[in-house]
Amino acid sequence: MLTKRIIPCLDVKDGRVVKGVRFVGLRDAGDPVEAAEAYDAQGADELTFLDITASSDNRDTIVDVVRRTAERVFMPLTVGGGIRTCDDVRRMLNAGADKVSINTAAVFNPEFVREAAKRFGSQCIVVAIDARRVEGSDPRRWEVYTHGGRKSTGIDVIAWARKMEACGSGEILLTSMDCDGTKDGYDIELTRAVSDAVEIPVIASGGVGNLEHIREGLVEGGASAALAASIFHFKEYTIAECKQYLKQHGVPARI
Amino acid sequence: MDSLLHETSKMINIIDYEMGNLRSVEKAFESLGFAARVSADPADIASADKLVLPGVGAFADCIANLKKGGFVAPLLAHVESGKPLLGICVGMQMLFDESEEFGRHRGLGLIPGRVVRFPSGMVENGERLKVPHMGWNNLLLKKPSPLFTGVENESFVYFVHSYYCRAANDDDVAAGCRYGEIEFCASILHDNIMATQFHPEKSQAVGLKIFKNFGEL
Repeated sequence: MLTKRIIPCLDVKDGRVVKGVRFVGLRDAGDPVEAAEAYDAQGADELTFLDITASSDNRDTIVDVVRRTAERVFMPLTVGGGIRTCDDVRRMLNAGADKVSINTAAVFNPEFVREAAKRFGSQCIVVAIDARRVEGSDPRRWEVYTHGGRKSTGIDVIAWARKMEACGSGEILLTSMDCDGTKDGYDIELTRAVSDAVEIPVIASGGVGNLEHIREGLVEGGASAALAASIFHFKEYTIAECKQYLKQHGVPARI
Repeated sequence: MDSLLHETSKMINIIDYEMGNLRSVEKAFESLGFAARVSADPADIASADKLVLPGVGAFADCIANLKKGGFVAPLLAHVESGKPLLGICVGMQMLFDESEEFGRHRGLGLIPGRVVRFPSGMVENGERLKVPHMGWNNLLLKKPSPLFTGVENESFVYFVHSYYCRAANDDDVAAGCRYGEIEFCASILHDNIMATQFHPEKSQAVGLKIFKNFGEL
């Protein structure tokens, strides 16, 4: 049976993991390759690097990180952050990434998604959507934001997800900007609405504080995968504990 | 010099016909101690001990590039010679007679059968199933295959595909996999032709075991 995927996400800046990863036995908490190996050993189903390098001078650092990771870890690897052109996509794929996630560039130029999907295949194109609730909307609506959730676009999230699917996106990475960082759980209503609106898989993101939140996102939210960062990095829970919890609650998980 | 000759004779040739990244496949074989090379030169196929035909993206693009690059004749000669071939993902689908992805396209015709799309609106436990079939699913072993020596039945492997192979002969199916009501072909064994719909290079320890089995043939 197809299992729900658990995806740890590492924020990488200038080739280093931001804030570090507190695993026992890690020689260098800031080394993304070592963190990737640790997650591989723990049984993570995929891995995501989000490059938040600000200076364009250091853009190549992530390419090197991806290359070194792909030499050591044989599991699906997604890279996001600063992917703006087909050249960027090709560089990441050639370095060893399996998928790229496209966010802001998709909003400014939806044709970029279509072109990248046509050229490299839908299987490697993930469109990342940062969503924020529209205050007072009834029925509930959400709006697409860019620039890390700072800039409103006026675009409806459901319509946008459908459009990205039509452009050839293979997957949607859906982050609730309202929930991100709260540790109060995913925006379940949002996750369910997008998951029901598209045929492609949806990855829930933003707000995880405990394992029950992950179960909710996958079951009530209907997501195919759950992305989480801090609860795994800071060893609040291991991937194995997460899978065990899901299995105990009737959610298909790979153990 | 001896060791170099030895390596050359055991070379695993990964066909690079400009369809996707082949680095993971190469690195996975190398991590297991095998000599592997990604080659865009069809002339390299004749000197290879084993051949890997990967593939991502659309079937029609893959088959068109394979033809354009001049790989078809050397590939068929390799199969004819009895040396092992491993198709991966679309590399497996191309071995079949034809695919219905974006119209009808002829494949290499090495395995009787067709490539069809997962139907929209499949439902399991009240939830609509997503297409592509993406993630980790269980292998259902059907017959002994050298690829699966030491691999347990129901092992998890990583899939990503919207189309699946429907083999005309059950005898060709080495492993199946279930998605909703559909049990599709996850692996082929037909004489020296082997293939996987899933990605061994992305399937962690199980995938590396499968590559090791192929490398040791």
